[in-house]
Amino acid sequence: MARRAGAPEVNAGSMADIAFLLLIFFLVTTTIATDAGLDRMLPPMEPPENPPIIRQKNIFTVNINKNGQLLVEEELTDLKDLREKAIAFLDNGGAPSGSEEYCNYCKGKRDAESSDNPSKAIISLKNDRETRYGTYITVQNELVAAYNELRNREAQRLYGMDYTAMEALYLNPETESSVKDELKDKVTNIQGLFPQKLSEAETSTN
Amino acid sequence: MSKFNTRNNNDLPEVSTASLPDIVFMLLFFFMTVTVMKDNTLKIENNLPNASETKKLEKKDRIIYLYIGKPTKEFQKIWGSEPRIQANDKFIKVSEVGDYILSTKAKMPENIRNVMTTALKIDKNANVGLISDVKQELRKVNALKINYTTYQGDAFANIE
Repeated sequence: MARRAGAPEVNAGSMADIAFLLLIFFLVTTTIATDAGLDRMLPPMEPPENPPIIRQKNIFTVNINKNGQLLVEEELTDLKDLREKAIAFLDNGGAPSGSEEYCNYCKGKRDAESSDNPSKAIISLKNDRETRYGTYITVQNELVAAYNELRNREAQRLYGMDYTAMEALYLNPETESSVKDELKDKVTNIQGLFPQKLSEAETSTN
Repeated sequence: MSKFNTRNNNDLPEVSTASLPDIVFMLLFFFMTVTVMKDNTLKIENNLPNASETKKLEKKDRIIYLYIGKPTKEFQKIWGSEPRIQANDKFIKVSEVGDYILSTKAKMPENIRNVMTTALKIDKNANVGLISDVKQELRKVNALKINYTTYQGDAFANIE
């Protein structure tokens, strides 16, 4: 009858097991995920005061019908060819050399019937109300990819670095501010060479 | 003296495991603090499309989420099977989107209000009509920065 007084000690040997169990639970449920997606800017509500006159040849029209078929520049086109066509249009640089709009970095066909200069070229996208969102995103993705491909080409030529990599580094909050300042000029410069001009018309019902 | 001879001196001493629970607890607390529980219970189907040219949404404090998709099975009896908009935990009408954006924006600190982004998490089977209505509402309240949230992947997988 020794040591009646005092509560008996609780065995703490299983503590580690319990902690392990909880640890594994949290390990499994944790998702350290950041969302990603396609950034877009919507046009402001009030129209600009003096809308510039846009020549028809500087507009690249993309129509999507409710079955997900594509009409690019009045031609039925497969989605897989859209990127190539968009690049050919943007990179055309049709203005004659010596003129004010001459594009000295374009490597396109310089077809006088297509866009004059990347800064003038506009892609116009028109959807049907019944178009599936998946198709719409694929088209958006291809058009953004066309811009990115051209911007990467110029960024490689000028700075020996991909534009997409520069931009990701610039937007990363962990990048040091001195690096950011340097990148900012480069990024805006490349954006200026191939400005993203994607206009979306109101959706149609038929 | 037998008390001192039970141990064979040629053996290596055992590693003490007494501090193991402490190490495990430390890890446990780490994971407990970094875990973010899902803050929205989705009442809609939300299969995001794939895209390859994505950009990361870095700072969560300046993002407003809008979910669009077909209500899930248990909500279809009440809400029908047409795609709907979900903001926080409830369904809202297209006309209420602007108010929702403005009221959420008002709760943000002033210095980040002008970099506010609306993340649209839209089911790939939704139709573009509803989305363009939502975009019109966003334009009306001057919430022009949007992000179509997607998974990273091959964009052509969206079309079956």
